[in-house]
Amino acid sequence: MEYIALQLFNGLVNGSFYALLSLGLAVIFGVLRVVNFAHGALYMLGAFAAYLLLQDFGVGFWVALVLAPIAIGIAGMVLERLLIRRLYGLDPLYNFLLTFGLTLMIQDGVRLRYGLQGQPYPAPAELAGSVSAGLVAYPTYRLFVIAFSIVVCIAVWYVIERTRLGMIVRAATERPELTRALGINVDRWVTPVFGFGVALAALGGVLAAPMRNVSPLMGSELIIFAFAVVVIGGMGSIAGAVVAGFLVGVLASLAAVFNPALENVVAFALMAVVLLVRPAGLFGSLEARS
Amino acid sequence: MTRVLRLLPYAVAIAVALALPRAMYPVLALDILLWGLFAMSVDLLLGYVGLLSFGHAAFWGLGAYAAAIAAKSTGVPFAIAALVGAAASAVLAVPFGYLAIRRRGIYFAMVTLAFAQLVFYVANEWRDVTGGENGLHGVPRTFPGLALGRSADFYYAALPLILLGYALAYRIVHSPFGHVLVAIRDNEPRAQALGYATWRYKLLAFVLSGGLAGLAGGLFALGNGFASLDLLHWTTSGQAVLITILGGIGTLWGSLLGAVIVLELRDALTSAPEASGVVTGAVFVVIVLAFRRGLWATGRDALRRIAAPAVSARIGISEGEVRHGRS
Repeated sequence: MEYIALQLFNGLVNGSFYALLSLGLAVIFGVLRVVNFAHGALYMLGAFAAYLLLQDFGVGFWVALVLAPIAIGIAGMVLERLLIRRLYGLDPLYNFLLTFGLTLMIQDGVRLRYGLQGQPYPAPAELAGSVSAGLVAYPTYRLFVIAFSIVVCIAVWYVIERTRLGMIVRAATERPELTRALGINVDRWVTPVFGFGVALAALGGVLAAPMRNVSPLMGSELIIFAFAVVVIGGMGSIAGAVVAGFLVGVLASLAAVFNPALENVVAFALMAVVLLVRPAGLFGSLEARS
Repeated sequence: MTRVLRLLPYAVAIAVALALPRAMYPVLALDILLWGLFAMSVDLLLGYVGLLSFGHAAFWGLGAYAAAIAAKSTGVPFAIAALVGAAASAVLAVPFGYLAIRRRGIYFAMVTLAFAQLVFYVANEWRDVTGGENGLHGVPRTFPGLALGRSADFYYAALPLILLGYALAYRIVHSPFGHVLVAIRDNEPRAQALGYATWRYKLLAFVLSGGLAGLAGGLFALGNGFASLDLLHWTTSGQAVLITILGGIGTLWGSLLGAVIVLELRDALTSAPEASGVVTGAVFVVIVLAFRRGLWATGRDALRRIAAPAVSARIGISEGEVRHGRS
């Protein structure tokens, strides 16, 4: 029983990362129609940025939690301006392939400089130790990760669903031509939205740094899980990305209670079932098909 | 006379294939032909059905493992082991294809990618059969009456099977079935309106493509003597897509050109595998941004610009009709 409770928390932690990454993917896809393959590599860059801030400038976790996403978000905006922008008129597959090429360059570039060895990153002192959470004592930092990412997801959902800015973004997602015709400059929002989605990935990276070693390939498998989550949730759906993210995290961890080998398989099995029963995804509409 | 001219390219191609192991290491020559076949299987879907599979590593890798296991445990001749690999991948392609073709475009790419990762994890966990992270080594290659110890010998022994794979891809594309595929690629609702059950065509194309990738992967495992997890990794799927696009989408033979360039490049960078990733990634970025037509189409059009005006002026047909008649 304790083990199941423990795995439930572990599942929520994994789900936090799935949700943050899928959320960024969904926001970017919604406005730009770009599936950003480099999302996992940018997540890794977020973790590396935190690591370098600490190593070279002695800047700690809390500052890095703000600075790293901003820095990587800006890097993302530069990428959008220089490269991704050039392929908007074409089939979205080309941007998928472009960002795949960027992924190889970023991952192996970092590997060339820092090697494959994972670098440890200390958890902030305020969140050391563990607290009693019902049946089990659970590391404080991990509980913080769960709470923090839920807050971020809700905040993003609020901005997109309940504010004027979000209304523009949603309008631009659903009817770009009509939105333009109503006098809204859609293009102005494209670069910031991409930067924002990338910043969410980098934020996930900073959060992961104290739990998982900072290594060049830390995002290389996560991105595939994020894709499965996005397919399960329904492409471009904000709520779908978050719900499916936590769902996949929890189900995978609980499946590991029965057989540890199942943990990595659950996301893809769930994706297969969703494709069979509801091809558009749990929260998706078939209109979003391209 | 025209008949002779038409057969000339094939004669040249076979002569090149026969001479290749003398021009470079036989192992590299074999790898080029096999990656070419692998990329062709990707092109079969991408170029002729309009579906980008980003999960073909599953078929290449499963073909490799199945052939390796068949050769190791039963000691069957290599050709049988390779066909076992092809069959295994074709069988796996049935459920994957059935689910994946429910989505199109970018979703199809993501779904195939995710399924391939599923195969990767299964191979990783199922250590008794796959050797887990160590993979399978010391895969024997035998054939009654042939000594296949040297790489060059195996190259020539495997060549007929590889050429058979190419011929099959060519036949598929140029058959009535292939024309229906192109019709689906260009306008699926129209093909449906004409009475074609398009999902059956797409599924069959997916299975055939998976089988070809499995044949290539099986021969790769037999030729190199191992099957390992990185054959199943998503970067392998990406490499195949890169070769396809570099060669030219929808050209089949372009895949061979792409394979020559990518494998020579990788061979030149073997001492620094990380640098190889950076270079491969950069090639990808440049091609997607600036060279989407690929080598084959670019070269063919250059040739045509030189030759076509004279020919079409003589027969009195337009450029478009020339292209249509030849495809």
